[in-house]
Amino acid sequence: MSVVNGAFVVDGRPAILVEGLTKSFGEVHALRGIDLSVPRGTVLGVLGPNGAGKTTAVRILTTLLLPDGGRAVVEGYDVVREAAAVRRTIGLAGQSAAIQEELTGRENLEIIGRLYHLRWKQARSRAVELLEQFGLADAANRAAKNYSGGMQRRLDLAASLVGRPRVLFLDEPTTGLDPRSRLGMWDIIRSLVADGTTILLTTQYLDEADELADEIIVIDHGLVIAAGTAEELKGRSGGDVVEFTVPDRSRVGDAAAAVAGLGEPHADPETGVVSVGVGSRGSDALIDTVRALDAAGVATRGLALRRPSLDDVFLTLTGHAAEEEEQPSGRRRGRGRRRAAADASARDGVRAAS
Amino acid sequence: MTAVAERASGPFGAPSMRVRFGWAVTDTLTITRRNLLVWLRVPAYLVFTVVQPVIFVLMFRYVFGGAIRVDSAGGYVDFLMPGIVGQTAAFATFATAIALAQELKKGVIDRLRSMPMARSAVLAGRLVADAGRMLVTILVIIAVGYAVGFRFHNGVGPAIAMVALATVFGLAIATISAFTGLAIGDEESVQAFGLIWIFPITFLSSAFVPISSMPGWLQAFANNQPVTYTINAMRGLAEGGPIEASLWKSLVWIAGIFVVFVPLAVRAYRRAS
Repeated sequence: MSVVNGAFVVDGRPAILVEGLTKSFGEVHALRGIDLSVPRGTVLGVLGPNGAGKTTAVRILTTLLLPDGGRAVVEGYDVVREAAAVRRTIGLAGQSAAIQEELTGRENLEIIGRLYHLRWKQARSRAVELLEQFGLADAANRAAKNYSGGMQRRLDLAASLVGRPRVLFLDEPTTGLDPRSRLGMWDIIRSLVADGTTILLTTQYLDEADELADEIIVIDHGLVIAAGTAEELKGRSGGDVVEFTVPDRSRVGDAAAAVAGLGEPHADPETGVVSVGVGSRGSDALIDTVRALDAAGVATRGLALRRPSLDDVFLTLTGHAAEEEEQPSGRRRGRGRRRAAADASARDGVRAAS
Repeated sequence: MTAVAERASGPFGAPSMRVRFGWAVTDTLTITRRNLLVWLRVPAYLVFTVVQPVIFVLMFRYVFGGAIRVDSAGGYVDFLMPGIVGQTAAFATFATAIALAQELKKGVIDRLRSMPMARSAVLAGRLVADAGRMLVTILVIIAVGYAVGFRFHNGVGPAIAMVALATVFGLAIATISAFTGLAIGDEESVQAFGLIWIFPITFLSSAFVPISSMPGWLQAFANNQPVTYTINAMRGLAEGGPIEASLWKSLVWIAGIFVVFVPLAVRAYRRAS
């Protein structure tokens, strides 16, 4: 980077660069040395369970929290030493809708515009423009407390864009939204990327990262445990997966034992879903599975061969699923949120390349 | 790929000191305006800031007042009104603490802290709006006081000084509330904590009863705390009589509270998480 007449020339430098970032809260080590790099105009998906350190990383990058160690640079500005400059280039939409519910959508955006030091007229036209863009024009003059959850989150996202940020931080932008609002949010995020905005997006949802992100990093216990494109990460999970459901829950264990010869099976005794990573053996593995289950006398439903999902990746990398509850018995059950006391042995400790 | 990013121009360029001071002022006014708009939009806030103090006036004037002996020339109502005005200003700061705790919880403060606005504006705007709110409340209850027999006996200037003193005192208490709101960050806890300190300092004072009617150990506290000094000074301003001793002690307390709690509140805002 060279400085020319107060302007600086950027030679393809990343929009966000993080090296060895650490942060502890007393005994809790939220970040234990994170590296990441986000090229301009791309989306980085930061994936991890609750408490993995995602929000802490976002708070440091948006100047809300000081790191203990390491370095973070946004658009060439250091988040600690040049925090004011960072704030002029970023937008933040957090986990909850940070809007003033008593005020109308338009008032909310106008006030944000004024705080970006736009003139009243500019603030108003920017508000109107964003309300149109986010499908809130009809609700512009209604108090935001009467908005649906999806509308509130859209208004919140609109508020983060008032200052035309070059880098946008979205901390779990769709958590708590119904499926339809989620899809709407995805469309909006895609259109922002099309306009050249760099986005760092945290999520607990693997499909969301798969859908939106150019690159994904997986964080667990404050460390980046994997990085790459969705396809690369899927490739690391050991290839294709054979999956089937055992309707008779008492036979789930038998089914898992029957297919253990093909690969390491993961069985969920509650849903009866059994999955086995079978590498690149594809349809041969499918036939072997059918034979093995037939020999064991286990009836199944929905037997299929599929490409690995990011869920499989997470399971492979961490030894626990992304959103499951670790039971004291070590058995897994349903969709709760938890922080696993998961075994570190399954981690491969890979750092994201920067 | 080579891109040129402008560093020091346009609306988001690095500003000069003078520009930054101008922004601090306009940002504070923007936040003030926002807070007053919210206040006007929520009927419950209006009820709390206007109806509740009026109920206190009527209750103390007509229910408890008959049983309270004071040696004020105009009787209990003249004794009561400066007390109620002071108590109202202190109670108004419950809203200061609760609003900040709510904004913290909802992420509004995170959003504002991640923006290139003046760092001082959120607190300053909150305090300016709350001072305006207090002033409206005070004027309403003085009007109600007039309807139930209260009169200023010391002229217009001192009457205005009384209202000003009450507002400045309320503002000082508001800085304590702002600190608690930001430091605790949970509206229910903040409210509960407010009861623990705002109630005692207002009721264990000369606001509603002569301190001489309290037991000795309580008098020691009641005689030497800021609410008593302030309300005694307000009474002197409203009704005449000696005020110097209580006025300067009140002002020293107010200054002391600002000196201690403004930095604490600012620090809590900076660290808010």
